[in-house]
Amino acid sequence: MSANATARAPGAGPTRGPAGAALRRLMANRSFMIGGCLVLAIVLAAIFAEWLTPFDPLRSNVRARLQEPSSRHWFGTDHFGRDIFSRVVFGARISLTIGLLVVIATGAFGTLIGALAGYFYRVDNLLMRLMDALMAFPAILLAITVSAVLGASVPNVVIALSVATTPHTARIVRGSVLMVRGLEYVEAARALGAGEMRILFRHVLANAMGPLIVRLTYVFAIAILAEAALSFVGVGPPPPAPSFGSIIAQGRDFMVDAPWICLFPGLAIIVAVLGLNLLGDGLRDVLDPRMKT
Amino acid sequence: MLNFISRRLASSLLVLLLVSLLTFGIIGLVPGDPTAILLDASASPEQAARLRAQLGLDKALPLQMAEWYGRILRGDLGQSILLNRSVTSALLERLPVTLSLAGIALVVGMLLGIAAGIIAAMNHNRWPDQIVMGTSLLGMSVPDFWLGLMLVFVFALQFGVLPTGGFVPLQDDAVGWLRTIALPATTLALVHVGFVARMTRAAMLDVLNQDFIRTADAKGLSRGRIVLRHGLPNALIPILTVLGILAGGLLGGTVIIEQVFAIPGVGRLIIGAILSRDFPVIQGGLLFLAVIYLGVNLLVDILYAVADPRQRLQ
Repeated sequence: MSANATARAPGAGPTRGPAGAALRRLMANRSFMIGGCLVLAIVLAAIFAEWLTPFDPLRSNVRARLQEPSSRHWFGTDHFGRDIFSRVVFGARISLTIGLLVVIATGAFGTLIGALAGYFYRVDNLLMRLMDALMAFPAILLAITVSAVLGASVPNVVIALSVATTPHTARIVRGSVLMVRGLEYVEAARALGAGEMRILFRHVLANAMGPLIVRLTYVFAIAILAEAALSFVGVGPPPPAPSFGSIIAQGRDFMVDAPWICLFPGLAIIVAVLGLNLLGDGLRDVLDPRMKT
Repeated sequence: MLNFISRRLASSLLVLLLVSLLTFGIIGLVPGDPTAILLDASASPEQAARLRAQLGLDKALPLQMAEWYGRILRGDLGQSILLNRSVTSALLERLPVTLSLAGIALVVGMLLGIAAGIIAAMNHNRWPDQIVMGTSLLGMSVPDFWLGLMLVFVFALQFGVLPTGGFVPLQDDAVGWLRTIALPATTLALVHVGFVARMTRAAMLDVLNQDFIRTADAKGLSRGRIVLRHGLPNALIPILTVLGILAGGLLGGTVIIEQVFAIPGVGRLIIGAILSRDFPVIQGGLLFLAVIYLGVNLLVDILYAVADPRQRLQ
């Protein structure tokens, strides 16, 4: 933390209030900053893929088949002579898009189910037992089944992964709603005549966001790992567009002659997932102090 | 205690009912006619009708459901469309393979993880802690199937010391079994050890901050004795819950790892069925794994309540 920030009285300065305080504590958190840099690097690569890559990720070149990494092809080429570096950078675009969509869907459904279960006693038992039932299946197998049965496409992969990540998220939201709903200010809002829905969405949920934000960071990481596993099994986003997982799946048959095809997309997954996990750990330290050890 | 067990059992049965409804409903997710994807275009209407009858789709939904429950309550998961045998026997035949893989990974992962977690907690915020925490997080960020492929590349393709895949049953050849199970079990254990280490560390730190530890310290006990005799037994209770979570992770993990190493276990059977749309095997397999998961978690919760009476009140 800079001397400038410590000299300031708590709550004062340009970023006031609890949000400003949380932001300052995040900036001082090493996990958050390292994770943030890793994630930012991957996100920027995905956005500016066209400018970063020297080759078309889909264009094959028979004369450049299975070349090992060189100054021309940084990550080597695959069996079609496609540039692996370009494919990994464009793969980041698809993998991150799927991850982001899963985060949005999981956030929406997890919040809705968790909030209803935590706030309305009558639906609590049924909703949570339904979530327990979904969690009884191995998450990855559930995602593979749903994706295969619906037919492999990007939207179906997003649905499949969201089905697998929503139950746990709903459970977390329910937990924080249960904690907040008994607080005095909620009673005050009710005394002032606020409707139940308004209390739930305006007052209770707003104060139950911390654990949800932390969870969604991990969901992003889980979605990237799971998308790769789905592609590996053969029910991921369809070719030719590369995702991290599909590059590895295609490179598997060439492990002996061209291990780099599998190596680099795997490392890219690790960087992205490690970054998100670090980001989540940092956010948890600041936003969800109960979990801090 | 009996009260706790009966409440917990009732809740499990309700979840099991919902699980069976979900598995029954999977076939309904298929867009259009499920038999259309199973048969090629040249199939006659009679063949389609026969398949529909085999899947029970020719009957009304309530009747289908009644028959499905009638069968599964007797332990009959139906007939596989492609394997030409009963789903139950196919699953039971492959169960020992999966259990041996998951079992070894569980034991290795728990032992390594608990040891690493204790070391981290004893050196809270010093370099051993940071190394354990850093490696755990790295391990949790590695895709399991990719790690498996990389281990195959190094140990099978480069050094040639272990086979690339396949499986030798333990009763046929113990050395061969160990050689085929070594890489997949290592992969699974490595992917899960970080989680165990982090949970153990958190549980140990909780315990080490309590008054009775300070008392033990004050009466002059050695650090090692305090941690192993007074700290660990109390920390083991929360670590018990790790077992339940790990059961789910390992069952899912074996599904993918069996695919990487061509191991003929339950996971490979189900993935094969999913890819070929063999619905009775998909439904039976999912139900089978969910029952194992629910059973393990029920057991863990009961053990937890035995070890920590406060839990019975929740």
